[in-house]
Amino acid sequence: MIGVISYLVFFATTASILAIAVLGLNLQWGNTGLFNGGVVAFFGAGAYGTLILGGTPQAGHLGGFELIYPLALLGGMVLAGAMAWIVGLLTLRLRHDYLAIATFGVAVAFENLMRNAEWLAGGAKGVRGFERPLRDALGDGFTYNLIFFAGVLCVLICVYLFLERLVASPFGRLLRAIREDEEAAQSLGKSPARVRLTAFVTGSVILGLAGGLYGTFYAFVSPQDVLPTLTFQIWAMLIVGGAGNNRGAILGAFLIWGAWTASGWALSRFAPVEAQLYTGSVQFVLIGAVIVGMLLWRPQGLFPERLVVSQTGITPQKEQGA
Amino acid sequence: MQNLIDGILTGSYISLGAIGLTLVMHILRFANFSHAELLSIGAYAALVCDALVSALTPAFAAKLGPLSLTWSLMAAIVVSMIFTGLSAVVLDRLVFKRVREKGAELSMVFASFGMALVIRNVIGLIFGLSPELYSKDIAFAVVLSRDPLLLVKPDQVFVLLAALLLMLILHLILSRTTFGFSLRAVAENPALAQVNGVNLNRTIMAVWLIGGALAAAAGVFYGLSHQIIPVMGRDLVLPIFAATIVGGIGSVYGAVLGGFIVGIAANMSVLVLPAGYTPSIPFLLILAVLIMRPHGLFGEARA
Repeated sequence: MIGVISYLVFFATTASILAIAVLGLNLQWGNTGLFNGGVVAFFGAGAYGTLILGGTPQAGHLGGFELIYPLALLGGMVLAGAMAWIVGLLTLRLRHDYLAIATFGVAVAFENLMRNAEWLAGGAKGVRGFERPLRDALGDGFTYNLIFFAGVLCVLICVYLFLERLVASPFGRLLRAIREDEEAAQSLGKSPARVRLTAFVTGSVILGLAGGLYGTFYAFVSPQDVLPTLTFQIWAMLIVGGAGNNRGAILGAFLIWGAWTASGWALSRFAPVEAQLYTGSVQFVLIGAVIVGMLLWRPQGLFPERLVVSQTGITPQKEQGA
Repeated sequence: MQNLIDGILTGSYISLGAIGLTLVMHILRFANFSHAELLSIGAYAALVCDALVSALTPAFAAKLGPLSLTWSLMAAIVVSMIFTGLSAVVLDRLVFKRVREKGAELSMVFASFGMALVIRNVIGLIFGLSPELYSKDIAFAVVLSRDPLLLVKPDQVFVLLAALLLMLILHLILSRTTFGFSLRAVAENPALAQVNGVNLNRTIMAVWLIGGALAAAAGVFYGLSHQIIPVMGRDLVLPIFAATIVGGIGSVYGAVLGGFIVGIAANMSVLVLPAGYTPSIPFLLILAVLIMRPHGLFGEARA
């Protein structure tokens, strides 16, 4: 019984961390229409940043600044934001596809750098030697995981409330205006490039926050954690949940993460031994098929964006394929 | 020098891949992340066809001079180009066309990522995850000069010449035929081109056919120079995109030049950086181009 509960807590923690990442992506893609092909790079920047800033000194690579935890987490977020700022500055003025390609390139280069640069972050061995916060007081067991889950849940709720407020604010309206008709927004004296950059950096900082929590949870991060797979998973969560809808994004995260772990478990349980090597491929086919299938048959997601027309104020209107 | 030569040879298949991608990106206006998977499809289709032809007519399995290439593989390349072109058209019909009619350009990018995942892993499921080779024999390199030491495999020379030949044919088609003009017209202004009697659907189909066929050739050439493996698309997608951006999206000649630049840069980088960093080079090139000349060498600004 305690095994089941402790597994559920573990599952819910991971899903909540991913939900935070999906919320960050939703600000970029759902609300602003920015394509981020390198989700995992910003997620990874948060994780690596947090672990390097907050970890104990390690032989052979950068790190061991032993900052107090909130500061380390903040540092990871700043790192993710700085990376997004540079990429955004270069690409947001150009055609949409440039951003897609450049962010995809960032993810490839980030993984490549982390895998090779031993002096920076331990290379393929990853970053170790991170002490989880409050470990001395709480120990390593179930209590710790439960309290950590509560903490993650609090962060998730805070991010959700922040984004709901942001989207309902004049700034959120501006984001949607630029997404729908850039020239009209421009004619009203708004600067689409600057607003896009703000949204892109904010979203990436949230991705970095999720990455930092992820790194904290495992107290370890390696290039294996920043593979493109994670980008696809986070996208699938947003597309299934419904781009533009924060609640949908969170539900999508739990749904897809549940389906992913369940399919992994089922394949390892029921597939014949000689086929075990291919379970990864089957899972990738499934996630690709989910993305394409949703775009073909229900592009607005399970929980579509609810657009509020400002004149009438109260009547929510559903819109197709936002 | 050796790196320069290797770079030119690498550039020849990157260029071929980039031509198809740049055409699709220009006319359908979306970054097709599944384009590199067409290279995999082409490489594996040629592998199957090569085995079939060799088994049916053993005479074709003989080698051509110093090349590890056989007549059956030559035939397989042609068949694979047609097959891959057709599968690109089918892919468009089944997925991209329907997403295109639904809405935003960026949904297409998502869809292409999804398709790339599906294709790559289905290939892995069918052919297994381990690498394959067209010829099990070791191809010996020919010494071009002793000082400095320069080595070239006959296969690589064939790849370069074949790639240049394909590019020349494409150049003639684009610059000398009515079809070439209608292609450019559609890229400039689809609505106006239709008014003037260009069949939009047929032009789009032709673009996929050409893109797929060139991708197949590129895939086989990659397989000849390295090995055929299901994840080759994942490793090639960034260099090909870099080539289109360096050359300017929409410019066929830019894509050719961009492909050679990317190939040479990746191979020359080994001189200054550890070899492990080579996969990052295309990204650095993209950044450099975006800073200095955002629309590429031959590209033009377009909203």
